[in-house]
Amino acid sequence: MTEFLIACIVMFAIGVVLAALLAYADKKLYVYEDPRIDEVEAMLPKANCGACGSAGCRAFAEKLVAGEVSPSKCTVSSEEALLQIAAYLNVDRGSQEKRVARLACAGGTHVARRRAGYEGLQSCRAAALISGGGKVCAWGCLGLADCERACSFNAIDMDEHGIPVVSEALCTACGDCVVACPKDLFSLHPVSHRLWVACRSLYEGALAESECEVACTGCGRCALDAPPGLIQIVDHLAVIDYSKNHLATQTPIQRCPTGAIVWMDAVRGPIKGVEAKVITRRTPLPVELADLPLAAAAAVAREMPK
Amino acid sequence: MNIESIPGLRRLWRGVHVPDYKETTNHLPIRRLPFPPLLIIPLSQHAGAPAVPLVRAGQEVVRGEPIARADGFVSVPMHAPATGRIERIDLSPSARGTLAQAIFLRPYPSASQEILYGEPQDIEHMSPAEIVAAVQQTGVVGLGGAAFPTHVKLKVPEGKSIDTVVVNGCECEPYLTSDHRVMVEQPHEVLHGARIAMKAVGAPRAVVGVEDNKPDAVDALRKANTADSGITIEAVPAKYPQGAEKMLVKVLLGREIPSGGLPADVGLAVFNVATLAQIGDLLPRRQGLIERVVTVSGPAVTRPGNYLMAIGTPLRWALEQAGCAANVSRVVLGGPMMGAAVSSLEVPVTKGVTGILAFSSGSLNGQHAILPCIHCGRCVDVCPLHLNPSQMGLLARKQRYEEMQAELHLYDCFECGCCSYVCPSHIPLVQYFRVAKQALRERKVQA
Repeated sequence: MTEFLIACIVMFAIGVVLAALLAYADKKLYVYEDPRIDEVEAMLPKANCGACGSAGCRAFAEKLVAGEVSPSKCTVSSEEALLQIAAYLNVDRGSQEKRVARLACAGGTHVARRRAGYEGLQSCRAAALISGGGKVCAWGCLGLADCERACSFNAIDMDEHGIPVVSEALCTACGDCVVACPKDLFSLHPVSHRLWVACRSLYEGALAESECEVACTGCGRCALDAPPGLIQIVDHLAVIDYSKNHLATQTPIQRCPTGAIVWMDAVRGPIKGVEAKVITRRTPLPVELADLPLAAAAAVAREMPK
Repeated sequence: MNIESIPGLRRLWRGVHVPDYKETTNHLPIRRLPFPPLLIIPLSQHAGAPAVPLVRAGQEVVRGEPIARADGFVSVPMHAPATGRIERIDLSPSARGTLAQAIFLRPYPSASQEILYGEPQDIEHMSPAEIVAAVQQTGVVGLGGAAFPTHVKLKVPEGKSIDTVVVNGCECEPYLTSDHRVMVEQPHEVLHGARIAMKAVGAPRAVVGVEDNKPDAVDALRKANTADSGITIEAVPAKYPQGAEKMLVKVLLGREIPSGGLPADVGLAVFNVATLAQIGDLLPRRQGLIERVVTVSGPAVTRPGNYLMAIGTPLRWALEQAGCAANVSRVVLGGPMMGAAVSSLEVPVTKGVTGILAFSSGSLNGQHAILPCIHCGRCVDVCPLHLNPSQMGLLARKQRYEEMQAELHLYDCFECGCCSYVCPSHIPLVQYFRVAKQALRERKVQA
């Protein structure tokens, strides 16, 4: 009986000592964390997209409470949520211009030539590794929707010609599409950058246009019509200097013969100039017979009769 | 200790037996192809830094003359494949689909095959370092497909010694017979090249590994070999992918090249037979690599054969000369297992091209739907590097590329295609791995 009692007392004593130690450690090693961080984090969208430049919403909340950034850096939050955070922290909402992803290609299947069909993994990155994917233009969009799949906000939809269309309202400029595109055609821009060159072809005039009907031929009309220095022709491609964006108007797009330079309207989407050739074709161009219809895919051996 | 390292049981236990389709071209002697109207010589047709042009547009060049110099040690010069005029230096489509700088050379209509450029060179009295420098001047790269500059392999790394030169005459890819014909028709050049390589790396012996489906090549080499040369010729049972250097070294000598390592780590230097034949031929005459033997074959080719063609010959010209059926649906550079389909016939033949295969639309089974992995393990059974393609494929589908690299040794995969070949669910495993490697490369650049 005594052994039982001794055991109970010893166990109880150990418990008391350890509890005291834990209680002491809790006080001694306490790390103060601003309770507002949890509150602010709860108000953020929890998308963890990284568009704000922080590693997730928690890190962004810490910066917000520390006063290092303004709430508007979060491009995913709704207007009400931003105001709520600003009111809670008693700071200015801040003015961060909304940014969107823009695609520097408009060469859909109805205007851009394809010299070979592609069979295999339906992914732009896989196609790009096999002889460039079959599109004649080496710079252009492959249209296999890697960006559409990468977008967590459903802001990208492939149109009927296999070109991704970015919804300005839904895009949060998180940059996932920029990483996903093997041709590096996406870039993030403030919405006020309305003047846009939807082409990357560095080929000279006739050659570029023979590959794609809406290519920039580098004719230089937009550069002439624009205020000095806004547009320059570099390597047969119109390049817009966005540091002079306040000078941009719809004038430079008007005389573009191919419609490669456009005005990205918030509601109507890309607007072409009045002299741009009208594309009436709706159907895809055929894969070229003149250049032998080559199908591109790796390891054809498995497809041969065994 | 595994089964491959027991003498007597040395053979490629993994890999696959593929129908080799070599009988259409393996008896056909090497024939010359006429010059095309325009040669396109890319400045980067080898691993390493692109060559730097030495010529300008409008300049006249003589067949064999250097037209671009090596840029650093891991780079090789280019030589004019024909007498003619440099038309321009401009972007040209490459087999990879990207545009690359190339020299466009228009041969004169009367240009002959005679090489006027070059001078005799005494190899017997050259030091290993001089041989390395001389080989770089020839512009020879690995002609088996990898196009890695040969002189870099001839330079023994600090602190390593090489005891054996391995000569790779396996040519395990279906259809390809260019190395086969080189061994049959130029055995002396092959062996001479092997002797030069032995001298450069300081190895007393060399082993030539030839698959046993080329008995005439083994005979020709044995006949040309002398007893005191230190070279032995061994026939190994044919199986794909025995031509990969890691496989061949294991089969011939029982040595295993460590993961991420080089043959020099186990005291070896491995060269392709066609590479050594070029060195044995060019080095004594101080000439440059300007042409190579390419197998043109496949169901859509009307006159298949082994053609000696100028570097820079566009595929369109090669296929026109060899005759091509109208219903071509796919053209592949290299073999059908590891080669790459090309999307343009303006792509030129480069130093690393072993074959041009054309398939007609009827000769392919067409595209299969990709079905889910059933975990049958066939890919694991055939993978010559003991990797787990099934697991890697599942991870690749979820884009978990870092795990593939860290835990499943993605970078050991040399894309032989055995796993894709046997997969009953038609999962394009190798394509997944190529995408994974490319994505990891891009992430590394961004970081």
